[in-house]
Amino acid sequence: MSFTRRETLLMAMGTAFAAVVPFKAFADVDGDIAAFTGGAEIGTGGITLIAPEIAENGNTVPIEVDAPGAVSIIVLATGNPTPAVGTFNFGPLAGAQRASTRIRLAGTQDVLAIAKMPDGSFVQATQEVKVTIGGCGG
Amino acid sequence: MISRRDFLQASVAASAIVGASGFGNWGKLAAQQSLTQDQLLDFETFGNVSLIHVTDIHAQMKPIYFREPEVNIGVGGNKGAVPHITGADFRKAYGIDDGSPSHYALTYNDFSALAQGYGKMGGMDRVATVVNQIRAARPDALLLDGGDTWHGSYTCYQTEGQDVVNVMNMLKPDAMTFHWEFTLGSDRVRDIVSDLPFAALGQNIFDAEWDEPSEDFKPYKFFERGGVKIAVIGQAFPYMPIANPGWMFPEYSFGIRDQRMQEMVDEVRGMGAELVVCLSHNGFDVDKAMAGRVTGIDVILAGHTHDALPEPVLIGDTIIVASGSNGKFVSRVDLDVRDGRMMGFRHKLIPIFSDVIAPDAEVTAVIDEQRAPFAAELTEVIGKTADDTLLYRRGNFNGSWDDLICQALIEERDADIAMSPGVRWGPSILPGQDITREDLWNVTSMTYPNAYRSEMTGEFIHAIMEDVADNLFNEDPYYQQGGDMVRVGGMGYRIDINKPIGERVSELTLLKTGEALDPAKTYFVAGWASVNEGTEGPPIWDVVENYIKREGTVSVAPNTSVQVVGA
Repeated sequence: MSFTRRETLLMAMGTAFAAVVPFKAFADVDGDIAAFTGGAEIGTGGITLIAPEIAENGNTVPIEVDAPGAVSIIVLATGNPTPAVGTFNFGPLAGAQRASTRIRLAGTQDVLAIAKMPDGSFVQATQEVKVTIGGCGG
Repeated sequence: MISRRDFLQASVAASAIVGASGFGNWGKLAAQQSLTQDQLLDFETFGNVSLIHVTDIHAQMKPIYFREPEVNIGVGGNKGAVPHITGADFRKAYGIDDGSPSHYALTYNDFSALAQGYGKMGGMDRVATVVNQIRAARPDALLLDGGDTWHGSYTCYQTEGQDVVNVMNMLKPDAMTFHWEFTLGSDRVRDIVSDLPFAALGQNIFDAEWDEPSEDFKPYKFFERGGVKIAVIGQAFPYMPIANPGWMFPEYSFGIRDQRMQEMVDEVRGMGAELVVCLSHNGFDVDKAMAGRVTGIDVILAGHTHDALPEPVLIGDTIIVASGSNGKFVSRVDLDVRDGRMMGFRHKLIPIFSDVIAPDAEVTAVIDEQRAPFAAELTEVIGKTADDTLLYRRGNFNGSWDDLICQALIEERDADIAMSPGVRWGPSILPGQDITREDLWNVTSMTYPNAYRSEMTGEFIHAIMEDVADNLFNEDPYYQQGGDMVRVGGMGYRIDINKPIGERVSELTLLKTGEALDPAKTYFVAGWASVNEGTEGPPIWDVVENYIKREGTVSVAPNTSVQVVGA
């Protein structure tokens, strides 16, 4: 077989990270982003956001964010009345630039994580988390 | 190097051996005469490893009729792709002759007529015969059960799954994963699993409190077969606490968790696995998507969405095998594994024609032993179908079984509108056939059966419809839960499947008045299978039994109240 598995994976990952869904953000979101980045351009790649596609319980949704080398990472629940979830700051001795927590989501929305890298650049990852009524499994 | 063509040595068991019977030539097709067990099981053993896959049996120990779906719409990248083709398109895609055994087994058309000729399918005693035959050719074949096994019948409910466990143990599976099993409650599941003589797997079964892998289920198990180190990784149904009542198994969390799947694949490869098999209850489209993201899986044995496919689907280097439901099919996959990699495969979807494949007497005895204490309840006839009515469930939008259940809910619970869950299990009943209590339980049995009656605003009803529609028609498979659309009685609607959530469902109409649903007005809605704890009401089987008994002979008119756009 001639296709490599590695290429397939990289392609799939590229799509996942590039697909930044335009969200109906509360005004706060733009403000929070601007406050964190100072209006700098935000790239992709180098940051991983792990969140469930569909929340088992919207009141406590486990998320994990990982951005190797980052100085700090801000997490925003873009559809919440108060979008700011938190900012994780990593000191120079931090073993890993990774954090996990549980957040409450008011409804289906994008969760957004932006990392500030040591060179002053910013990267982001986002994932839609569905909060559903549920109830009709096959 | 082998070519892709050599690689795809799949065949449809029945269509390959029986010629055209001529469309409409179904007076008496005499399946028994034209088909033999040897033909169904004919298979030239290949390579050095055999996998046997059964899935979504839903506690159907005895042969049943099961009509495959007429409507099974794919969205986004899966539009028009298998398994989202049905009927004549399906037969054309796989070269299946009209009127042939495979036509009957795999497609919906002329089901009632063909069923008269070909008879019931499935039965675990027949499956046992097939498994034994494969093991005769390949003694160390792996038997893998994709789950939804300990759910779905009267006896399974009464024995909390024990009847099915006893029967399946006779078949000696090597590993299993899970979905509806968890609706037995987590205590009962742990109780059974702790005594299980085979591996209970699920890399995505997590401890809900700590969000760490559960200690009750292993992510994978190693087997050494035919000199090959095989790792079987389990993938339980990802949306358990959403699609089913999470309060019944609060200790567990699920999800697709494909990053961890990748970690597990890398881990087993690192430990020397030459063949990596994923025993999955993701659902077919989710498996396809996962196969594109996770590298290093050779074979995905797919379940949940009840698709029966005569050939595996190839995604990258991964083959995905789908083996149907309700005991209708067994998949055999022979693999040639050399130099630490899969070099080729041969596959056969074996249809279990119950009149053709001899039952295994030992297993028959065990099945009958489980049923004996309930014989009187099981066999009681509660009504019959009219000559114009086939009762079936599968299909994206409605099935006559659910139309009947909704009508029973409206009349017995004095409701304006009825809702029935879009589950995919539940055998069919032919026209003019007696309906026994067992038949009714086969389409209603569950541990949260209460038929509620509650007031809902038109706006809330619309929200429910949109929510469920998005679980089915979201373009990203990872957001699909794998069921069908909620069935509705007393209300018509229009659905444009290509619209985003909130815009798909429109023209909600109360059928009894012909008026549009008022978002602000309150309606009485009866339904069942609510995932909410403390739901009150009589069990659905009592509601429907009362209705059928009163009707005597049930006739269900074709459902014309759902208008589908964009398919």
